[in-house]
Amino acid sequence: MNIITLEHGNGGEYTHELVRNLFYKHFQNELLMQQSDSSILGNIGGKLAVTTDSFVVDPIFFPGGDIGKLSICGTVNDLAVVGAKPLYITAGFIIEVGLRIDILERIIISMANTAKEANVKIVAGDTKVVGKGDVDKIYINTTGIGVIEDNTLYMNSSNIVEGDKVILSGTIGDHGMCVMSKRAEFDFDTDIESDCSLLHILVTDILEVSENVRIIRDPTRGGIATTLNEFIENTQMSIVLNEEYIPVRSNVKSMCKMIGLDPLYIANEGKIILIVSTKDAEKILEVMKRNKLGLESRIIGEVIGDNRNKVYLKTEIGGTRILNMLEGDLLPRIC
Amino acid sequence: MNYVDEFVKEGLVENILKKIRSSAIRDIKIMEVCGTHTMAIMKYGIKDLLPQNIKLISGPGCPVCVTSQGYIDTAIELSYEDNIIIATFGDMMKVPGTNSSLKIEKALGRDIRVVYSPIQSLEIAKQNPEKEIVFLGIGFETTAPIIALSIYKAKNENINNYFVLNSIKTMPNIIQKLIVNKNVNIDGFILPGHVASIIGHKPFCFIGKEYNIPAVITGFEPLDILYALYQVVRDVKYGKCKVENLYSKVVEYEGSRKAKEIINKVFIPSDSNWRGLGNIENTGLKILEGYKEFDAEKNFKIVIKEQLAQTQCICGDILKGVKDPLECKMFSKICSPSNPLGPCMVSLEGACAVYYKYGLRR
Repeated sequence: MNIITLEHGNGGEYTHELVRNLFYKHFQNELLMQQSDSSILGNIGGKLAVTTDSFVVDPIFFPGGDIGKLSICGTVNDLAVVGAKPLYITAGFIIEVGLRIDILERIIISMANTAKEANVKIVAGDTKVVGKGDVDKIYINTTGIGVIEDNTLYMNSSNIVEGDKVILSGTIGDHGMCVMSKRAEFDFDTDIESDCSLLHILVTDILEVSENVRIIRDPTRGGIATTLNEFIENTQMSIVLNEEYIPVRSNVKSMCKMIGLDPLYIANEGKIILIVSTKDAEKILEVMKRNKLGLESRIIGEVIGDNRNKVYLKTEIGGTRILNMLEGDLLPRIC
Repeated sequence: MNYVDEFVKEGLVENILKKIRSSAIRDIKIMEVCGTHTMAIMKYGIKDLLPQNIKLISGPGCPVCVTSQGYIDTAIELSYEDNIIIATFGDMMKVPGTNSSLKIEKALGRDIRVVYSPIQSLEIAKQNPEKEIVFLGIGFETTAPIIALSIYKAKNENINNYFVLNSIKTMPNIIQKLIVNKNVNIDGFILPGHVASIIGHKPFCFIGKEYNIPAVITGFEPLDILYALYQVVRDVKYGKCKVENLYSKVVEYEGSRKAKEIINKVFIPSDSNWRGLGNIENTGLKILEGYKEFDAEKNFKIVIKEQLAQTQCICGDILKGVKDPLECKMFSKICSPSNPLGPCMVSLEGACAVYYKYGLRR
């Protein structure tokens, strides 16, 4: 069997072979092929955005995606939601000795395909191999560089004003519950699929029709409840959400009920949540619904002047409760 | 129909709320015994919808919360043994013992594993024949059957490295204990639907017959709870003291024959030590002589010592329904779900954690 051994990480012949046969082969682009200690990027016109994220998801393959796709989507999305056009990505791999090379190749092909779809180039990388049990199969770190071409664009929570609307691009909880359902300890038989996807086009569509988008985020770990708390954290305002407007797939809802979790706190990997001016809300909603990743977009709440600085949820039966940030750990290694 | 959304029809909700409002003619204190009810009440914002004169208080029905500190200390001590694997429900991980918690011990390298069922720990035992697996057997009548089944299976399959550190508690008598406590004045009970599904409606009937207090067995959807509250409020108004079963889709008068059978095969009623409430007669289950080889206390010759650390924590009073979490000086200040000082803040279903999560702060 063809497996990763410690020699693949020693910088010698095996490492070079691995780099040539997998990384160069699939990531192929002129910048990476400079094959130098650093890749020299060209001049970039505009403000730069940079982000980094590490991916340790377990299992590494799940319905709707895998650790490779996730490592590109996650970083591209973090660039996209601040209004940056994603350009370059670097990738660092920490691999457990014994990982099958065909599995590594599947992950790399998945990264290459996702990068191609996002129109970003993987321009630098690193591989380390560690002993059995030192990591679990493979961890990937990606760093992304993007450019904000519109010099006047600065989306920030300080822009939020009373009356602004909260828009969500679709169902919540799909990624977290999908990964959870595939964990050995749960052994659930469900058809929940991760929503792992690239959101840059959806964000571009929105920014093309409105200059009154206050802030956008992709609500990953901690779910929409945590993201909304972050939105208003440094403001004197609160948010009221309407539970019945928040779409949750019935399989996600059922599994959450069964194990006692709340979809509002579950990770998403293909959704955005944004605060926009009342005036532009309908226009934005319309353009979002035309994108295949925003078909189920809805206004789910609004910003109110209440200075208690809380996220309130109007429940399905008309009661009200406060949504705090996620506290404690739901389940580690979800992304 | 997904058996989830059907329970929240808004018209019905408004209707029941109207009835509750018109029937609540005096101050009424209702205890929801079960932690899952506490959680549902907060999750749906039910407190917020009720008239001011109805006070809901949380009872002792959160298994982690009532597990004694000595029990946690014993579990931690066992985890220090190199050949022992501790298997536990996740909620137990954060419970503070006297000096540490299982979560901290796991981070320090002890082999402590979270399982979702004791049957999983049996699997761990089979896969690790050279180790001894200790399952932390806590819970009420609801978890008792599956823990009993794990012990029964271990015996049948000759698995001799599986043990249960048992602290199972039982419901009806603890309710009786609360009723006769002079500091606790409860006008009505919402009874634990899950426990009743195992032991049945019958063991709760004494609440009405002997103590003239109305009580309702119900499910966990908002309409289940609201309708049960209405029944209690109405019964208080008319002086009716019946124990009613609104959860008949799951709860039978005699309970589940199969579940009771396996419980009785392995366990026998006993006293039990409740955190904050002390040692109470006939409120627990202990492992029968015939299965003593699976009893961790006997096998490892350990005795669970009860010594309470000095603390300002008022979890004991909260469990009795005498105080609510907002009356605790430490609540949300130095005691929070990420740094719980008392058991009611640890468990997902503990009154303090639920109050915190659903935003009731001072």
